[in-house]
Amino acid sequence: MSVNGLIRLGDNALVLGQRLSEWCGHAPALEEDIALANIALDFIGQTQLWLGLAGEREGLGRTADTLAYTRDAWDFRNLLMVEQPNRDFGVTMMRQFLFDSWHFEALTALTHHGDVEISAIAQKAVKEVTYHRERSTDAVVALGDGTEVSHKRMQSALDRLWPYVGEMFTGDADDLTDMAALRPAFDAHAGAALDEATLTRPTSDFAHQGGKTGVRHSEHLGHMLAVMQVLPRNYPDATW
Amino acid sequence: MVTTRASVEEVWDWLADVPDPEIPVISVVDLGIVRNVAWQGDTLEVTVTPTYSGCPATSIINFEIEAALRSHGIENLSLKRQIAPPWTTDWLSGAGRQKLETYGIAPPQPAGGPEHCPLCKSTAVEKVSQFGSTPCKAQWRCADCLEPFDYFKCL
Repeated sequence: MSVNGLIRLGDNALVLGQRLSEWCGHAPALEEDIALANIALDFIGQTQLWLGLAGEREGLGRTADTLAYTRDAWDFRNLLMVEQPNRDFGVTMMRQFLFDSWHFEALTALTHHGDVEISAIAQKAVKEVTYHRERSTDAVVALGDGTEVSHKRMQSALDRLWPYVGEMFTGDADDLTDMAALRPAFDAHAGAALDEATLTRPTSDFAHQGGKTGVRHSEHLGHMLAVMQVLPRNYPDATW
Repeated sequence: MVTTRASVEEVWDWLADVPDPEIPVISVVDLGIVRNVAWQGDTLEVTVTPTYSGCPATSIINFEIEAALRSHGIENLSLKRQIAPPWTTDWLSGAGRQKLETYGIAPPQPAGGPEHCPLCKSTAVEKVSQFGSTPCKAQWRCADCLEPFDYFKCL
């Protein structure tokens, strides 16, 4: 059992949860604002479970909070996809759809993990993620197959984010499940939704990599962490 | 002074008076999140499961359970968090479902949407958003009485 594998799952949830919470108070409609904040909250809850277990297994006294607030960008192990900036609502929903489509398959596989604590977290999280995937899929279909403007924006969001899909299916010994094996199920769900959304899947499968290994994060992660970590770093004794 | 240990049944009765902080008409027992009550030697062990993993009410609920049990004289208390099997709306009690409906929140249905408007009982209802005012609820609207209402999502 790899602590790094747990940190990867926790960091994906943490970084995307923080990204989505940036929308709070800014989303195009009240219902969307509430939904994004709710999904962000699910991710922060999942972060506490994954990073909490990572800290326990590591045995160095680190908690979910110390892992979240005192590591620098190069120690993060999230996918490059989730650190990409929100940009417009179309990009945010496309990023969510591509991530949810992978996340659902990854968690479903992890519900069968031999480690009971890992399987317990996956069973809890996949129930929440089922709702996330349903919503982001509906949004991509509605906006892709919407007006001329919304279609154009969704196609441009897909073109922009597609190069970050490949990394989700790369794998090494730190992973808690075989990521490459998730690809057919991802392609089936995402492909059907993109067809229905009248969007064209890019032909190039070039993939940016380096997030989950920590070798090369994009410049966006450091800026995000600066905002997320400023309080506990400046006031390490602060309590609720 | 002779002290007697409270029975597990008494403790369940006390917990049935602890309200959910977000939906105060139902108790933590109605909600199905108290999974076990047992004595381990001199320590009362209460096992609680979260509804949604990020639900901010979870820590308030633990605080209120502790406060209630302390007020009944429980000194040695251990609150255990259990996440497996994960909480499901199937664990809502029948009484809890009825109280939700009376309060104006449509109880969860396996079909994935409310049976009818909790206010006027019309079946002409439509989903506004899969996410609502708390993680456990969705926003729906009645096409007849035109009132928006919360639906407790099936999980």
